[in-house]
Amino acid sequence: MIEAILFMLGIGAACGSVLSVASKVFYVYEDPRIAEVEGFLAGANCGGCGYAGCSAAAVAVVEGNAPPSVCIVAGAEAAANVAAVMGLDAGTAEPLKSYNECNGGNRAANKYYYTGLNTCKAVSALYGGRRECEIGCLGFGDCIRSCAFDAIHMGPEGYPVVDETKCVGCGACQRACPKNILTVKTMSQRLLHMNAEDDALAPCRQTCPAEIDIPKYIAQIRNGDYEGAVNTIRERNPLLLSCGRVCPHPCEDRCRRGIEDEPVSINQLKRFVADFEMNSGKRIPIPCAPDTGKRVAVIGGGPAGLSCAFFLRRLGHGVTIFESMPHLGGMIRYGIPEYRLPKKILDWEIEGILNLGIEARVNAKFGEDFDMGSLAFEGYDAVFMGVGAWVDYNLGVDGEKLNGCYTGIDFLSRLASGEKFSVPRKAAVIGGGNSAIDCVRNLIRLGTEEVWIVYRRTRAEMPANEVEIEAAEHEGVKFQFLAAPVRVVGDEDENATHLEYLKMELGEPDASGRRRPVPVEGSETLLEVDMVITAIGQRPDVSFKESSKRLDDLNITRWNTIDSDPETLQSSIPYIFTGGDSATGPSLVVEAIGGGRRAARSIHQYLTGEEIKPVPKSLFKKNIPGTIFDSVPGVVKTPRAKMTELPVKERITSFIEVDQVLTEEEAIAESNRCLSCCRICYNKDAA
Amino acid sequence: MDYIILAISCILINNILLAQYLGNCPFMGTSKKMETAVGMAFAVVFVLVMAGVITWIVNTYVLAKFGLDYLRTIAFILVIASLVQFVEMFLKKSIPALYAGLGIFLPLITTNCAVMGVCLINVNEEYTFVQALVSSFSYAVGFGLALILFAGVRERVLLARVPKPLQDTSIALVIAGILSLTFFAFKGMV
Repeated sequence: MIEAILFMLGIGAACGSVLSVASKVFYVYEDPRIAEVEGFLAGANCGGCGYAGCSAAAVAVVEGNAPPSVCIVAGAEAAANVAAVMGLDAGTAEPLKSYNECNGGNRAANKYYYTGLNTCKAVSALYGGRRECEIGCLGFGDCIRSCAFDAIHMGPEGYPVVDETKCVGCGACQRACPKNILTVKTMSQRLLHMNAEDDALAPCRQTCPAEIDIPKYIAQIRNGDYEGAVNTIRERNPLLLSCGRVCPHPCEDRCRRGIEDEPVSINQLKRFVADFEMNSGKRIPIPCAPDTGKRVAVIGGGPAGLSCAFFLRRLGHGVTIFESMPHLGGMIRYGIPEYRLPKKILDWEIEGILNLGIEARVNAKFGEDFDMGSLAFEGYDAVFMGVGAWVDYNLGVDGEKLNGCYTGIDFLSRLASGEKFSVPRKAAVIGGGNSAIDCVRNLIRLGTEEVWIVYRRTRAEMPANEVEIEAAEHEGVKFQFLAAPVRVVGDEDENATHLEYLKMELGEPDASGRRRPVPVEGSETLLEVDMVITAIGQRPDVSFKESSKRLDDLNITRWNTIDSDPETLQSSIPYIFTGGDSATGPSLVVEAIGGGRRAARSIHQYLTGEEIKPVPKSLFKKNIPGTIFDSVPGVVKTPRAKMTELPVKERITSFIEVDQVLTEEEAIAESNRCLSCCRICYNKDAA
Repeated sequence: MDYIILAISCILINNILLAQYLGNCPFMGTSKKMETAVGMAFAVVFVLVMAGVITWIVNTYVLAKFGLDYLRTIAFILVIASLVQFVEMFLKKSIPALYAGLGIFLPLITTNCAVMGVCLINVNEEYTFVQALVSSFSYAVGFGLALILFAGVRERVLLARVPKPLQDTSIALVIAGILSLTFFAFKGMV
């Protein structure tokens, strides 16, 4: 017994002393700061920082290879503590968050459910990951198992849902997902992404000029997550209230349901969530990246300028908007009539954008009140020019300067500014576009007895939106098709009394595919009117080029637009970018919004010293091959949500908004019509 | 020749994992990924050779000499644990590359029953020093062989349609059983 105790004591002592000697002999000097730094790190060994565990990260920090904010789990306080140990400035880092690109079709067939395969990796390896389509989520939850922070769970519809508050952005789910659906990105990276050929993009999303993730926000509406839907739209479009009202929704023309049925009423759904936010009484917070200290001047407070300013601000840059009119909004304030977009709604929307910390200087005209020289003096690093297309084309006929003759934008903007017009008894508006329709519908509301649209082709060729033409018809506008004005006739007091036009007939098709109108000899006709508005198109006003300094190198195209690379929107002067109508010529609001973000992306690249170039495999105004179908089997026809309109009698006597918002039930029913293309799978209706 | 027979018998016939059923926790735990399995296999070879040698010395020159055979198990535990700690410190200072390679597996197998088992087998079989050295190395190679084979199988099983109740560890145990049966085919070799 004694010897056993002695032996154990002996062997214990021997081992102990050998180890203690060894620890002295084999002592490896370690910077004491490593242990100190490691103490502040989270200790999760998640590898999210890119180093093999917390010790390795601490070593990297001490060696100066990693910033104090290396630990993505421990947060800002830990970064400050680490920085204190190292005697450094903590700096700011935008948090990485995991995002699920695929929110699931709501009735996807689970083809491989309960056949024994239980991981996405296995299904993907064996079947190429085809559940119903090749792109979407497989729903076996490899990402859930990979998450060390319990931030991903399986949602009720069988696809993973990320809890953003728990997500630390370690990237484990991104590595685990065989389908590239879960991506870990910072908010800025997501804001800067433009559609690419290898993205999973539904046809509507490919077509939207602003590249809004339409199927995602519709899925969010379906699930009652209206806030989420607003946030989804705001990642691409800051003017959702306005767009939800005035957008001619090119997306709906490409809707797959539209092949077999009526398309989903995408834009009404956008308006529904936008109105939901406004009527909820509180603004949904909009996150912004930490300040970068760079400043950008945005010239023009229209949709392009507001969009560019909004995205630049969210990317952390300081922005000042310069606007020549007394209020921001540009064409959507001064061009779009009150009955389509009430001014108080627009004010609310713009206020939300300015609340991000964007400065606005109104009544400041570029080339007169300030110019490139003064902007450079004030220390702006880059300039965005979104000056719009505000100059009307003239008819070039006699009598255009008579009293009672106006041009379209001039008339609309003066009306929007609150100017009083002497109400004409009879009026004619020349042109077939949306501006012409806006003019006639305004005139009806002003109390004009007889309003004519004079257009040189037929109704089928009118470029205005069909719904707008119909609304004008309902409101009692008269149409004179196949008529080319030749003269405005006035009385001795220089007041317009008649419009003289030549009758036309349709001839051979021209370059645009429309049949060219040919005048009929000797068919001059007089139309009795006391107001003539010419709304035959606009072009940008580029007079600033002469009056502003430092713009000699700025190239202007022959359409009076600012010459720029169509994808990066950089002009011939490297620090000047453009977008909206001033880059494309008169176009849609949503096009200008998309252009604003596109320019913001290029400006961000310019400010951070990167090369200015489009995303790889950029899908610029193209469709992904094979995604435009001829038929969609299995769709059960269900009627599209009808838009409620104000009764004609009520609306022609006032400027109250005509189009009414969907009710919640209608919106949810409409969202269920979405086939959720390119999310989980092509989503057939249950038969 | 004897040593070759001894080696073959240790690697294949008396494989520590599949014939003696020792060290089943790392067998199940580290066989999900090939990468981990290979790391573990090398760490076991390294530690087992050291442990086999040192425990043989302790047994022969201390325990047997003083008639303290009944303290063998506890003494071996202490010695192996200290040895692993010592080796870890040594490697960190002298061969940092090897230390980084073996990484986390070194301390993991401090109390591995396969290591302990081989040391005890060496004593029970009354091997000479060289025999003990050969047997320790061979058992470790056998361990590595079985582990790597098993990891390969498990990686394939991930792609197979396994009925739900049998998924993961359950099917792994079934596979381990079949693998063990195949190793029994070596029984008549020596």
